[in-house]
Amino acid sequence: MSAVGAVFLVAAALIVLALVYFLVSTILALRKITAGLDEVIAGVSEIVEKSAPVNGVVNAINAQLDAGVELLEGLLVQKAGMSDALGLVDGIYPGAAAAGFRAFSDSPTHQAPRIGEVYTRGTLSLARLGREAPIAALSPAGAVLRNVEGGSLAARSLYPDVRHTTPEKLPTSPVIGAGAPVQYEQREDIGAPRKRLPAKPS
Amino acid sequence: MLWVAAIVLLVVIVPVVVYLLNGVLQAANGIVGSVEGIAVVAAAGSKDLDAAALLLTTSEQVEQTVAGLANYGGSLDVILDDAEPAR
Repeated sequence: MSAVGAVFLVAAALIVLALVYFLVSTILALRKITAGLDEVIAGVSEIVEKSAPVNGVVNAINAQLDAGVELLEGLLVQKAGMSDALGLVDGIYPGAAAAGFRAFSDSPTHQAPRIGEVYTRGTLSLARLGREAPIAALSPAGAVLRNVEGGSLAARSLYPDVRHTTPEKLPTSPVIGAGAPVQYEQREDIGAPRKRLPAKPS
Repeated sequence: MLWVAAIVLLVVIVPVVVYLLNGVLQAANGIVGSVEGIAVVAAAGSKDLDAAALLLTTSEQVEQTVAGLANYGGSLDVILDDAEPAR
């Protein structure tokens, strides 16, 4: 064999060795990729399977909640009137009056009274239910009625005072028996024949 | 001439072949890491969705709540007077 042939042979052998080493390594890597993709497919299949009913369930929940919202809004508007209803909702959820009610397309055009600035939330709800409180009696452009720092005390003024103060001290129960502070002796005349008064002289 | 060809084969062709094969192998190894990461995330996502079955309970609870709300609203409708018509 000539020297040139030997060089060719060595070069060919190196190329073949490189091909074998790298191709075998690539095959092993591709097998790992295949195994990993199998795990991915299994996981994604589980995700698809588990999330399949979610859409229908969420739509059902949304439909139920929409029905509840329409019911409450309709009842509130019917009982409180559109303007006060907007004021009540805006007092609890600031900015909600601008969005209006779903079932009442003209509700955003109404002027919502500043009920939330006049009463606390709890008072707001109870007073509205009582239908006696002068909610938004003043112009919305007027000064705020409620003292913000003393809002709780201001709200209490809507209710009878007796509900917020200690009841008057009631008399204690009497002590009876041998330990009683006042002992009453039995009168001898009780149960005895009534004394007969002497006859008046005629 | 054969000497030149032999030297070119040994000095140029062999390194180019090795370089290209090495690039393929590195890319394949890079994909392995990414696929393993995706498999872990997919398994975690699947596990997170285990709670999705509770949505059925939530749906039932919402339905019962809205039904109770409707009954309560009906009672309120009877108890409370309607608002006075706007002047």
